[in-house]
Amino acid sequence: IPIHTLTLPHYPAHPIHIALFTHVRNAPTLRSQLLSSNPAFDYAFLDASTLLSPTHLLLAAQLALHAHLTHRAKTRTPHSELVFRLHPNNNIGEAYRKFGIADESSEVLVVKFGGMGDGVTAEGVGTHLGEVVEGEVVSIGEGMEEVAMFADVGKIRKIYKLGEAGAKGKGKKGAVVNGDGKVRDERKDMESVILGTMALKGS
Amino acid sequence: MAPETIEPTAPPLRAPSPPPTDRPLHTLPAPFTSSNLEVLTQGAEALVYKSVFLTPHTPCVVKYRPPKPYRHPVLDRRLTKARLLAEARVLVRCKRDGVDVPGVLGADWEGGWLVLEWVEGKTVRGVLDGWAERGAGEKEGILGLMERVGLAVGRLHEIGVCHGDLTTSNLMVRVPEKKAEVQEQNDELEGDIVLIDFGLASHSTQNLQDEDRAVDLYVLERAFAATHPKAEPLFKDVLSAYGESFKGARAVLKKLEDVRLRGRKRSMLG
Repeated sequence: IPIHTLTLPHYPAHPIHIALFTHVRNAPTLRSQLLSSNPAFDYAFLDASTLLSPTHLLLAAQLALHAHLTHRAKTRTPHSELVFRLHPNNNIGEAYRKFGIADESSEVLVVKFGGMGDGVTAEGVGTHLGEVVEGEVVSIGEGMEEVAMFADVGKIRKIYKLGEAGAKGKGKKGAVVNGDGKVRDERKDMESVILGTMALKGS
Repeated sequence: MAPETIEPTAPPLRAPSPPPTDRPLHTLPAPFTSSNLEVLTQGAEALVYKSVFLTPHTPCVVKYRPPKPYRHPVLDRRLTKARLLAEARVLVRCKRDGVDVPGVLGADWEGGWLVLEWVEGKTVRGVLDGWAERGAGEKEGILGLMERVGLAVGRLHEIGVCHGDLTTSNLMVRVPEKKAEVQEQNDELEGDIVLIDFGLASHSTQNLQDEDRAVDLYVLERAFAATHPKAEPLFKDVLSAYGESFKGARAVLKKLEDVRLRGRKRSMLG
């Protein structure tokens, strides 16, 4: 199955492999494998409805990789660190509950960190995931827009405590861009605050 | 009657070796290296670089506060961390409330660095210098710019944040995206005002005094007068736009008059 591989600038030795699935039927099985810490299942399984944009995912990956490589990770693996870094506070269990897959999750994004010296390759990941995940693969293009196609904006707003849509007045911008320019600005604003909240975790 | 040789009474002085510190002084800690960073400027407290972040096409600003070996190491770590965190928190707070500032993209306070969104455009200082060089005309454009500055500062004060270091070098005019191809000279004055450099900023929701806001404005006023003599008469337009921008603004302007009377040789008494 097709795997999208990217590398973050500043970490060229650590490629990141991503796959997106929809209509996933065996979420409970995948979750129980995760909870039993089966070493063959060392992935980050994310509920794709919690991802607002590709940048959202990229920053979480950057923070997790940086924490892991500087030995400041609060969790055991870089994959669990990724789930943890998505959440605004320091509660690991809550991070898993909000961003990890639930039994009813049907859109799943899987992330695997390469370059950790354990022989992980895109092909290996593709084969393994093809075997264990029962769902349809969604191809991810260069811009990675597909990563955010299942975003549930209301849910994301609640997790990051961003307030109701359109509640915060902007004053200046009102006259310049209206109509559907405003909807996109809203998501961009949300994204800015979310990125800042993630970077400032726990404070 | 000087003796032929003078015996030293104490060993000759040597400069003390620099105190140990575990962070590099002028190169960034991991993951940054000098190959992926471009030096932008050096401030009193931090070094500012341009780099990319998250994708090879996303420009960003990296602000690094190097360790100060003259301080006690524990104190230095704490101070740097506290200042970085304070700056980042104020920036996120501003973003949340709709003030145009660069977004926080990443931070590592143990490492002493902060990654911020890149703002394309010139500083207001650069724009004003260009305007003065071109003959100080363009009435409408420059007045519009002054108004937008006043509104931006008003919005900032409205949410209870005090910038602390308001100068024309800390205000930027963001290049509007649509006009990127048709950029003429005059369009330099167009664009949203973005406030940068919150290293000295403070935030308090309830008790930001009019006093603090007035001092903020006074700092800007002095900076204007000192750096842009031709633009000095335009500052009143900044203030009038500020006065209309939020509810308590008039009171702040009144306080500003008191603040102006302070300082050396400003007393009206004999």
